[in-house]
Amino acid sequence: MKITGKKLFRNGFGQLTIPLIAIALLAVFNLIRDPGFFSIGIAHNSDGNAVLSGNIISIINGASELAILAIGMTLVTAACGGQDISVGAAAAIAGSVFVKVLKSASSINGGTVLLAFLLSCIVAMLFGAFNGTLVAVFKIQPMIATLILYTCGRSIAYWINGGATPTISNPILSAIGGFIPGIPLPTPVIIVVVMAILFKLLFHFTSLELFTQSVGINGAAARLNGINPMFIKLLSFVLLGACVSAAGCIGVSRLGLINHETLLLDVEMDAILAVAIGGNSLGGGRFKIIGSILGAYIIQTLTITLYAMKVSSTDVKAYKAIVIVLLVVIGSPVVKQRFTKFVRRLSENRKKVSAKGAE
Amino acid sequence: MQEECLLTMRGIEKRFPGVLALNGVDFSLRKGEIHALMGENGAGKSTLIKVLTGVYQMDGGEIRLDGESIVIRSPEDAQNKGISTVYQEITLCPNLTVSENMFIGRKSGFVIRHKDREKRADEILERLGIPARSTQLLGNCSLAVQQMVAIARAVDMQCKVLILDEPTSSLDDNEVQMLFKLMRDLRAQGVGIIFVTHFLEQVYEVSDRITVLRNGELVGEYLTEELPQVQLVSKMIGKELEELSNLGDGDEEKIMEREVFYEAKGLSSSEAMPFDFSIRKGEVNGFTGLLGSGRSESVRAIFGADKVNGGTVTVKGEPVKITRPVDAMRHGIGYLAEDRKRDGIIADLSVRENIILALQVMNGLFKPISRSESEAFADEYIKALNIKTASRETPVGSLSGGNQQKVILARWLLTHPDYLILDEPTRGIDVGTKLEIQKLVRKLSEEGMSVTFISSEVEEMLRTCSRLIVMRDRHIVGELTGKDLNQTQVMKTIAGGEA
Amino acid sequence: MRKLKALLLVVALVVCCMATACGKKDGDGKIKIGVVNNPPSESGYREANVKDMEAVFSAENGYELKTFYSKVNDEQLQAAKGFITDGVDYLLISAAETTGWDDVLKKAKDAGVKVYIFDRKIEVDQSLYEAAVISDMAKEGETAVNWLLAQNLPEYKVIHIQGAMGSDAQVGRTGALDAQFASGKMKKIVQQTAGWDEAEAKKIVETVINSGEDFNVIYAENDGMARGAVAALDEAGITHGVDGKVVVIGFDCNKWALRELLAGKWNYDGQCSPFQAKIISDLIKSGKAPSQKIIINEEKGFDAKTITENDINTYGLGD
Repeated sequence: MKITGKKLFRNGFGQLTIPLIAIALLAVFNLIRDPGFFSIGIAHNSDGNAVLSGNIISIINGASELAILAIGMTLVTAACGGQDISVGAAAAIAGSVFVKVLKSASSINGGTVLLAFLLSCIVAMLFGAFNGTLVAVFKIQPMIATLILYTCGRSIAYWINGGATPTISNPILSAIGGFIPGIPLPTPVIIVVVMAILFKLLFHFTSLELFTQSVGINGAAARLNGINPMFIKLLSFVLLGACVSAAGCIGVSRLGLINHETLLLDVEMDAILAVAIGGNSLGGGRFKIIGSILGAYIIQTLTITLYAMKVSSTDVKAYKAIVIVLLVVIGSPVVKQRFTKFVRRLSENRKKVSAKGAE
Repeated sequence: MQEECLLTMRGIEKRFPGVLALNGVDFSLRKGEIHALMGENGAGKSTLIKVLTGVYQMDGGEIRLDGESIVIRSPEDAQNKGISTVYQEITLCPNLTVSENMFIGRKSGFVIRHKDREKRADEILERLGIPARSTQLLGNCSLAVQQMVAIARAVDMQCKVLILDEPTSSLDDNEVQMLFKLMRDLRAQGVGIIFVTHFLEQVYEVSDRITVLRNGELVGEYLTEELPQVQLVSKMIGKELEELSNLGDGDEEKIMEREVFYEAKGLSSSEAMPFDFSIRKGEVNGFTGLLGSGRSESVRAIFGADKVNGGTVTVKGEPVKITRPVDAMRHGIGYLAEDRKRDGIIADLSVRENIILALQVMNGLFKPISRSESEAFADEYIKALNIKTASRETPVGSLSGGNQQKVILARWLLTHPDYLILDEPTRGIDVGTKLEIQKLVRKLSEEGMSVTFISSEVEEMLRTCSRLIVMRDRHIVGELTGKDLNQTQVMKTIAGGEA
Repeated sequence: MRKLKALLLVVALVVCCMATACGKKDGDGKIKIGVVNNPPSESGYREANVKDMEAVFSAENGYELKTFYSKVNDEQLQAAKGFITDGVDYLLISAAETTGWDDVLKKAKDAGVKVYIFDRKIEVDQSLYEAAVISDMAKEGETAVNWLLAQNLPEYKVIHIQGAMGSDAQVGRTGALDAQFASGKMKKIVQQTAGWDEAEAKKIVETVINSGEDFNVIYAENDGMARGAVAALDEAGITHGVDGKVVVIGFDCNKWALRELLAGKWNYDGQCSPFQAKIISDLIKSGKAPSQKIIINEEKGFDAKTITENDINTYGLGD
């Protein structure tokens, strides 16, 4: 423990220090407030399956869509130095396509669900490519470029299902949005893990990580080293599209209902925050996917904690804002630098004292 | 002696994680002198300057100004105490007028009288002989004049100590002379000037005294007239020069018999006029000419860095199309760009990642270099090129300029190119590294690599190249080989004079 | 953007006028109706409302219908003026905002156009319109709470999930329940807004379940949020509905929600009826001035024990 502490100080602030400290603080706070907060129990759901329950499960389950979106958002942020604010609206489109395909299928089975997901994925990736083209080819600021889809995305989603909020009830969907019989862990949590592994593999078996970071840090230099920055930026948006569709389909599967007005409403800001809390620079460049996923869980922990404290959900946003401002400020370069300096001075003083003691 | 001292720094210490950047350095500046601060990159010049200007807080030592011990808390504090700095990169606002730039950010009342300010600015500009008007937009002035405005601003703030950090690196000869005149005038007015530069000739032209630093320690303080140039260099790099002075003579005749590696006919780009060019295997040639003569633009066209408009290109006799950098790379061409910070390094990435970048691009997206392999590559080149870095995972942006340049060189060497284009590889880097790079170029050509070399220093070009292509006003105006390769001939060709 | 919208509007109106000009020649004998409404994309309620209008005021029923949908009051005002100029016989308005309509309605009166207000009140003098056929949201909440009281549960421990705070529906549906909390007849376990968001509603119920607090009523202010709440119950294996532990109450009467009722999984669904067209049509066809100015639309509420397939088809929204 002592060794890791020392190492941490020597390296200044590691990227994951802030999110880890934040999680630890939230955990301690909750344990003091309610020692049973993190207890995990086993319940039998209405289908008779034994499933895990408790606040921890609620948190990691509820944060699934956010975590998946944060993965894609991290990539876009890294490559383009800007954020996609249309992910919520695009997820509504993806979810609508998913439901539309399932509704028009004669029967819902594994094949049709897969087909519906693939189609929604393609649609979301096309919208991603649209955003990406605006950003990469026409060099429009990402936030401005994605403002277009942000504004009209939910109208498009509305149009796909003719304005209705159709529902579909099916065991396969409840398995995706809830529990697979026999597995006590919520399926969305498993999907997050799968997505994280997929991206890890993507970075392992391609050099996308290096190229994305290069483009994000210094596009001109990357170009002169033979990288095509346009392609990398476009790709990041397309990959985000895949994440968006996964998030949208999970959201739909949870309740077997698509409400284009509320599906993943305001999620874009949380996704951007998750990226920032995870210690990634919003100006692009170096990134850690795991940081953003942690960020998503922090945001969710915060929400659930506030709900558990019966804070009115209208006030929840304000409290969240306070905590997030704190986190972002603590994570800012200025504070990091000051803190590193402070720690160094402290350790030097300690050395002096111990040296004197030795005399 | 002691009482004339305007500024004395005693036993300055500055520590960074893992590095002692300044180890008990002394420095004194007298009234009315131009004092050159010399040293290789990483010697501690910048750190010393940053301590003096309040960017860094020193960890030990004492600073006295006019005999009084002072603590400098921030750059503003330094300015208020009379210590002003003019950096290499202009830090003024090009979209404001000259007078606005001179008064921006300075304490003033709520009411600003533009007319008064402009009048005062004009007076100062006239007194200092700076060819600018107060109402002009700064961005419309030449770089030299912009720099002089920055100096005027400092002078008007009653500065006692003026620090000029690499002020001449983007100026042409005329502009340098203008700047020197201004420096001499200020010296006459009693201002102490600290002059940081890589150009040895300029040090000898303008400075009175030289302080040399090496590896964060003081080597010594010398009167300029008493220190011959060769000795200065050897003090800076800490070894004797003989082995470096003769880089060996290429056998031009032999090279001319070798096969042509690359040939372009009528090549033009969005930035470069059509030109013909060829290079043989193992040949080192160079583009020379004044800044803006089109030499960089030409090599960029060869590499496909700008939009290529026309022309035919053959590599090893085969006609090829090179319109993007990646095309050039696939045909074995590497390009070290002129502007290291803008077009070269990926600052936040590690030394290792920067080194493998080009090779990785050539391998493609789906064949990543494994971690262990990339570590081996990085270690190999850190050792081979003697790159000074805390570790291979250090962000390249924190390295000194010369070491950054070596990292980029390593990046291209790792791709084992047949033809390497080096655009100003030695600009803004220290003498030691400069020589290392020159030697490396020679060595590579002996191994059969073709190299095109561009440098602002003609003398350096003469030493490394066996053929010089001279450019003027975006056209090739001459080609020099053999006995024509001498300073006078190059100058003549550049100037276009017959005599 | 604004200018562009205005321009489009002008173009649309011109096209409208031309269409009318043509229409007059062969469309005689029919009653001309101009409807200014909010856009169907606003909600399931509005969608049903718009469809109902279009179905009732059809050509078969002897009407010639012109419609304009916008949630921008200014655009609605412009469109209303356009309809008056077109010479419609009746102008039907569901306004985006309750104020600013005086001039237009006076103009209508001068032009002899009869005005019916539906769905939402407008703050103008009652002499300016024939009648206002509106919903009473507060009454809707009272109906639901009265139903709940009639169930005679031994105790009422309520999770109250609210809609977007400040919206008409939320205010109306919350009021009656708040009165019960205040009187002490019902116990408030938690009262949170999910802003009509199904997923948020699920989180709120999940948190209560995790805290171990006991509850036996879920009062969700729309069907979607009730569905979210029920999903949380299902995951925790808590029974609900007619024979279950928890009483589930939703609002809006979507068809799918009524089917849940029919299956006994929910207990009650209240409705704010979107069907005002029939009432207005009857008034118009009767040819007499309405006896009262304010006509409160009858609100429905369905009990899982008494609902029929027929009810779903008649009163359910959506499909």
